[in-house]
Amino acid sequence: MSDEPLLRVSALSKFYGSRIGCESVSFDLWPGEVLAVVGESGSGKTTLLNCLSTRLLPSSGTASYRMRDGQFRELYRMSEAERRFLMRTDWGFVHQNPADGLRMTVSAGANVGERLMAVGDRHYGKIRATAVDWLSRVEIDDDRIDDEPRAFSGGMRQRLQIARNLVTGPRLVFMDEPTGGLDVSVQARLLDLLRGLVTDLGLAAIVVTHDLAVARLLSQRMMVMKDGRVVESGLTDRVLDDPRAPYTQLLVSSILQV
Amino acid sequence: MYVAVKGGEAAIANAHALLADRRRGDRSVPALRLDQIVEQLALGVDRVMSEGSLYDRELAALAIVQARGDMIEAIFLVRAYRTTLPRFGYTRAIDTGAMLVERRVSATYKDLPGGQLLGPTFDYTHRLLDPELAAGGDVAEPLQRASEAEAMPRVSAILACEGLIEPDGDMPQDHVPGDITREPLEFPMARDIRLQALSRGDEGFLLALGYSTQRGYARNHPFVGEVRIGEVELELDVPELPFAVPLGSARVTECQMVNQFKGSAKAPPQFTRGYGLVFGQSERKAMAMALCDRALRATEFGEDVVAAAQDEEFVISHSDNVQATGFVEHLKLPHYVDFQAELDLVRRMRAEHDARENAGKAVEKREAAE
Amino acid sequence: MTAQPTDIATYNFAYLDEQTKRMIRRAILKGIAIPGYQVPFASREMPMPYGWGTGGVQVTASIIGPDDVLKVIDQGADDTTNAVSIRAFFKKVANVAVTTETAKATIIQTRHRIPEHPLTAGQVLVYQVPIPEPLRFLEPRETETRKMHALEEYGLMHVKLYEDIARHGRIATTYAYPVKIEGRYVMDPSPTPKFDNPKMHRSPALQLFGAGREKRIYALPPFTDVVSLDFEDHPFEVQTFDQPCALCAAENVYLDEVILDDHGGHMFVCSDTDHCEKRREQGHRGHLAPETPPALEKTEPTQ
Repeated sequence: MSDEPLLRVSALSKFYGSRIGCESVSFDLWPGEVLAVVGESGSGKTTLLNCLSTRLLPSSGTASYRMRDGQFRELYRMSEAERRFLMRTDWGFVHQNPADGLRMTVSAGANVGERLMAVGDRHYGKIRATAVDWLSRVEIDDDRIDDEPRAFSGGMRQRLQIARNLVTGPRLVFMDEPTGGLDVSVQARLLDLLRGLVTDLGLAAIVVTHDLAVARLLSQRMMVMKDGRVVESGLTDRVLDDPRAPYTQLLVSSILQV
Repeated sequence: MYVAVKGGEAAIANAHALLADRRRGDRSVPALRLDQIVEQLALGVDRVMSEGSLYDRELAALAIVQARGDMIEAIFLVRAYRTTLPRFGYTRAIDTGAMLVERRVSATYKDLPGGQLLGPTFDYTHRLLDPELAAGGDVAEPLQRASEAEAMPRVSAILACEGLIEPDGDMPQDHVPGDITREPLEFPMARDIRLQALSRGDEGFLLALGYSTQRGYARNHPFVGEVRIGEVELELDVPELPFAVPLGSARVTECQMVNQFKGSAKAPPQFTRGYGLVFGQSERKAMAMALCDRALRATEFGEDVVAAAQDEEFVISHSDNVQATGFVEHLKLPHYVDFQAELDLVRRMRAEHDARENAGKAVEKREAAE
Repeated sequence: MTAQPTDIATYNFAYLDEQTKRMIRRAILKGIAIPGYQVPFASREMPMPYGWGTGGVQVTASIIGPDDVLKVIDQGADDTTNAVSIRAFFKKVANVAVTTETAKATIIQTRHRIPEHPLTAGQVLVYQVPIPEPLRFLEPRETETRKMHALEEYGLMHVKLYEDIARHGRIATTYAYPVKIEGRYVMDPSPTPKFDNPKMHRSPALQLFGAGREKRIYALPPFTDVVSLDFEDHPFEVQTFDQPCALCAAENVYLDEVILDDHGGHMFVCSDTDHCEKRREQGHRGHLAPETPPALEKTEPTQ
């Protein structure tokens, strides 16, 4: 842990014409901290995630990231080359649909190895050994290393996507509904795995989800969004056990009654 | 002994002599004259001028004869000649509103200023083969009304009065119109460049893409605002002179497609337009071009790009039939050096594969024996 | 045009107009300044089809002068149809001297091979390139591949090589084998067999690449570093042949397989016909060589 945050977000807004994507979002994210962003679809949580991961440029506001040298850099002032480099080394992005984050027509091993090769690893044997290691950490048998993800189940694809993102030892991972679209039993196993990895690696993560159970299991802190704005934020247990904003109360009660 | 088939100069010369012979055909049949082609196969000549991007009927006719009637080959001949010609300058933009119109139809109005003029069209002909043409009989003089100086405003101008249609596209003040025959294409491209590429694009390719938009692959709700065919004046600015110098006239076909549009984050509800312009008389090409132009403006209007016709790189990279035919046909050139390399690799891999299989079988046998 | 000369159509020296040649020369100079970078240029329609060497022909037409001696090869051979045709074209439109001898040529236009005889300073090798983009089959979009080059995002190239090794136990790319130029741009050497890649490395000759249909020119100035992509534990290696040329007994050259009959009989002979003939003139004999070497016309002066 450090005495400085990893990411500082200040008054971030994104407008689509006159429509609000998200508005005036501010928060700090600390090393090793998992922040859940919850809300219904259309609440602006995915827009926020895309702005933070620089996949979208915001209309106004700033986000500064503390680089490995300890210096803060303003994300939206970086060149595209720098952003892309950050994206494939120090960051990860786990998509809801694994097909968006994987190369579906190259083998699992190459999917994991790509980031290593992109940063200059040129030893086939070592790349493959690292891929085998990561596949086992996400509970994929090593005899599947040469199979294409097309032949994998949804849960396996998602685990492969996670391995592909974590192989370069990133410090910050963005996750967009990482368990969405999976069966309930598969979800539980994936969440267990994610929680273990996040803890072991000391990862910071921003997880967008509409599922409060995911937030409770993975995150220490959460933000509740509605109509593009943050309506409540705080420690996850506190927000879920003692929701203060009326909207959060509605959200929590509607889930617990199920 | 060493008898690999390799063509020498003699073989090529002989092949070309045979081509010349076949092109001429039976010597007892009179040879085609260029004026016969210009006069009697005029639409073929128009297509060669249009896709060859060179307005010269005689050269187009020559190309058609030389190509034995193969239109893409003829277009190619014209292009390869055109490209060597130095540029003296660029004419002013033509004014199709001032066109000397021979045909003009609008599907969006029953009647309109200037009227509907059918002109020389295949529309409403019954497609019955006409044996009299084979006999070469006389053709009656057509009836033509004495030309009236009635103005024929463009349909887009009529709709624009109400503000219901987007205005003519504006380019930034300092925009210099591109020239795809002088500058390399780069993506994404401005609309002027795209229209140039479409105008010389293959008629069949654009027709198929335009058709695909009608069948639901990026449907754009088109109406033919108007199609007009006729002569337009060409004028050149000469630095030494205070006025533009008339160079003559050219026959063109223009299509203004009017497309319904419900509005998006980027643009208000209004009618939008697709535009087609080609040399000579070719409604099919001009209309297909207009459909494609509108489809390719998807991003401009904030529409989702979901179909081939909306994909600029896809459409423009593959619309040129001279490029397409060259690359498809180059497959018949020798590739044996690369094929040799592949052959060697497959042999090696095959040998390794067989060795593994045999080793596997040997193990199985031993196991079975034990 | 010979039977009935009219003024209906005429052409400039070496076919292209001078404006166009200057434009192409500017692209070539830019290419030389940034080795391996694909320079877009306003490719012209040429009197041979796209895909048949129009890029190479435009490059040659822009640099050729009346004193040049031109050699044209296709598949390594001077007598393949397309080589004959391009050579005849330049004889006709530029009236230059042509040769089949590598050492005597000032400009060598090639499709798919680099001559076996080492090139020297002052010579120019012009490659005909069908698809200049080494990333094209990994990423079809030009807008994206240009960005990948700009940002040096070449991880995907190694993904392809990784896949080859994982599937086949070796890198299964045999021609158009990607190379890295001066540690910066990844470049397609055109569909030459990878056997020829080492010849590009620090060649004393100027190497120019023209892709007409795709409208790109790129270049390697003399003595440029050209490194074939590989892995430390799976280093780049070239094809080897386990027998010498059947006609001239040359070893360590690229061989073509010639089918002799329909029962699988075949022999291997030099793909570089000039090299093979030279060796036979010097008395080298392969096991299937005829008694007397064929007397061939070597160099034709201008008329």
